[in-house]
Amino acid sequence: MSDLDELEERAIFVLREAYRRVAPLGMLWSIGKDSTALLWLARKAFLGRVPFPVSLLDTGLEFPEVYAFRDEMIAAWGLEYRNEACPGEAEVDQTLPPAGRAAARKTEGLKQLVRRERWKGVILGIRRDEQATRAKDRVFSPRREDGSWDFRDQPPELWDYYRTAVPDGAHLRIHPLLHWTELDVWRYTQREGIPFCPLYLARDGRRFRSLGESNITFPIASEAATLDALIAELEATTAPERAGRAMDHESEDAFERLRAAGYM
Amino acid sequence: MSERAFPVVFAGHVDHGKSTLVARLVLDTGGFPDGRLDELRRASERRGVPLELSFLLDAFQVERDQAVTIDASRVWFRSPQRRYEVIDAPGHREFVRHAVSAAGDARAAVLVVDAREGVSEQTRRHALLLPLLGVRDAIVVVNKMDAVDFARERFDAVAGEARTLAQRTGLELRAIVPAVARDGDGVVARGARMPWHEGPTLLEALDALPEARRDRDVPMRLPVQDVYRRDEVRIAVGTVDEGVLRAGDDVVILPSGEGSHVEELIAFPAAPERAPAGTAIGVRLRGVPFVRPGDVLADPAAVPAIAEALDVTVFWLGEERLAAGDFAQMRCGTRDTGVVVERIDARIDVATGERVAAEALERNEVYEVRLRCTEPAIVETRPASSLGRFALYRGDAIGGGGLVRAVVNRRARRSSPNVAAQRSGVDAERRAARWGHRGAVVWLTGLPSAGKSTLARELEAALFAAGWNTYVLDGDTVRTGLNGDLGFSAEDRRENVRRVGEVAGLFADSGAIAIVALVSPNAADRDAARAVVPGRFHEVYVRADRATCEARDAKGLYRRAHAGEIADFTGVTAPYEPPAAPELVVDTARRPVEDCAAELVAYVRRVAANDAAPAGAPAVSR
Repeated sequence: MSDLDELEERAIFVLREAYRRVAPLGMLWSIGKDSTALLWLARKAFLGRVPFPVSLLDTGLEFPEVYAFRDEMIAAWGLEYRNEACPGEAEVDQTLPPAGRAAARKTEGLKQLVRRERWKGVILGIRRDEQATRAKDRVFSPRREDGSWDFRDQPPELWDYYRTAVPDGAHLRIHPLLHWTELDVWRYTQREGIPFCPLYLARDGRRFRSLGESNITFPIASEAATLDALIAELEATTAPERAGRAMDHESEDAFERLRAAGYM
Repeated sequence: MSERAFPVVFAGHVDHGKSTLVARLVLDTGGFPDGRLDELRRASERRGVPLELSFLLDAFQVERDQAVTIDASRVWFRSPQRRYEVIDAPGHREFVRHAVSAAGDARAAVLVVDAREGVSEQTRRHALLLPLLGVRDAIVVVNKMDAVDFARERFDAVAGEARTLAQRTGLELRAIVPAVARDGDGVVARGARMPWHEGPTLLEALDALPEARRDRDVPMRLPVQDVYRRDEVRIAVGTVDEGVLRAGDDVVILPSGEGSHVEELIAFPAAPERAPAGTAIGVRLRGVPFVRPGDVLADPAAVPAIAEALDVTVFWLGEERLAAGDFAQMRCGTRDTGVVVERIDARIDVATGERVAAEALERNEVYEVRLRCTEPAIVETRPASSLGRFALYRGDAIGGGGLVRAVVNRRARRSSPNVAAQRSGVDAERRAARWGHRGAVVWLTGLPSAGKSTLARELEAALFAAGWNTYVLDGDTVRTGLNGDLGFSAEDRRENVRRVGEVAGLFADSGAIAIVALVSPNAADRDAARAVVPGRFHEVYVRADRATCEARDAKGLYRRAHAGEIADFTGVTAPYEPPAAPELVVDTARRPVEDCAAELVAYVRRVAANDAAPAGAPAVSR
């Protein structure tokens, strides 16, 4: 088996474990490369269909190309899609730095989504190598009733055995791609022929390496106009993936505060 | 270069420098992302400390402020040889559960030891836990060598402690490396300050670690994770744990034992022809067999054990103690089974490795325990199998985990591939020379009350008086001890005979004359006992017609059988298969028992004499 096979099998195992043991279950789809690859994995795990609803936490600020790609994919894969409009900026913590407020809107959006749908489990495409606090998360990660993350007291996970139940009101964040790296996702996308939003490929010497709200996400200089070129670029680069995401960099603890409060 | 990331866990006592060592390794192999070093420099300045590399992993504010790793983290780097996934485990006693969670994914460990303090409590605890998590290969880094003036004597002393520890816990030490993580000596670059060290640097030692071996010739096991329905067809899904599954294979569904056949492998978008270990696959079985999540599909040639009770090694992580009589939910493979702690055999002392008495399972300690299953568990005794590892849940949370050491079970009969029969250094000739006769099994079979026990006692007394080494294994006697767990079902009777055959064989091997007095009604079971000691097995048919036996009815059993109090009583309601070709027949209905005994004694003295030819040809006497 190749390394991609091993990552794939483990992700499928986690998806099936979630579906077997956690209900009701939903999935967040940011329309980015990670959660789109994760949707593909869900189709593999459940033999061709995605058996739970998928939601975008919609701030209304995604790039137009992202919305267009979303609509194509919903039709092509027959997804049960539920758009989740996030609360406005005025309703979130005003002490957060400006770029963090979009993230806070999504956090609030996720809370209202989970509360309304009574989800016990939310599947997400986050990865350890994206960000140092994500590196410390669990595959099945319990969240308290208010959606917050008690990162000081995470439960043990042994081999393939996870905590798959939480008290009433609380929920589990389920992370099948936690062990993947950025490069793994792209190599897998290439191998499987998974569609992705065209903004990731270079146009006029610039491309997006990570997609967020259009007002706080910036492209990088790149000539990678094909998937092959993109992979070659990532194999050589030492620039971090989220360098173009302003929300991470406003203060040392910006991301930790967001995540502790319930951000993805 | 291999793309597969080799997972290594960095473990050891708190403050011995694990996170700094990991960060140094990543930095010196060029794995720091742009801007990250500046970020760490700023974070360090803000706290008024010199550049703190460990902040690469210690990302939480509380970790940075208190300079301690709370939860495990992961980073990746490349050597010229391969990619690595580094798992940085916390070393504080409080966070052993995080260290354990992290180490389960690793293939090898780096144990970091402070040169000043040497092997410490959490070093020992981690060294004890790592092999239980499946991690055997280890490298020891003796860190902070600058604090002991790069003294070779100090390094040698700590290396000695590490070797002793590894030997005790079963870790395989691949290298011991002196280092200064903060400055980089001995990590990637050799540095000039320890010219006496001739062994590898840490990176060289990592590159020399062997890739994991996967056993190829193991029987197929597919723990069923779930059952999906598609167009009215039931599809069992799961990840092949061991062996290879193909369409057309015969399988057994456990625990029911029902046989079935793989009609089709199913996957999206296309099914493979074969599914080797590690493949997530769907299976359509022939007919409509009853298969549920938690079942196991297995190669019919060798099935896993179905356990009623288990001897396990367990590490406990829960805040609450777990005492004898307490209930927990066991997850093993994909199966959930209720278990009750039957007894706690020992705690493994972290400091000494000794087994000591324990009342209950306490947090962060390791125990040997017997678990009684409230429903059948399906297990293997090899830790490489996911059926050999389990987690114990208390309520919603994982309270501990461990490895299956043995199945405590009447039905478990599969020998482990790890068990190899050892040849004794004392051979049969030397034993025969000592006792003056050869070891043998004299197997007396016949109807109840045919006179087997009486003849056995007579034979034993006569041989013993002649100076022979002999012992009687009587059916009733072994049932009170060795076979006290067996009932009188067909299966249990067969097991009763099998065990007596095995034990008699051991007596014969030791040079003794084992005399067995057992109804043993089935020819096949007696043949199996014969196969244990080829050439030294003497089947003696103690013959007496049923009327005679009923008239004797020494134990009142015939009467009770006729009264319906005993089901399946041999000779009344269950058949007896007389031997087709016994070595000796003695008829107690037609001849006085003394004559029969004398004939039997003479026979045994002849065939077990030192100069006797091996048994085999029937020597029927009437």
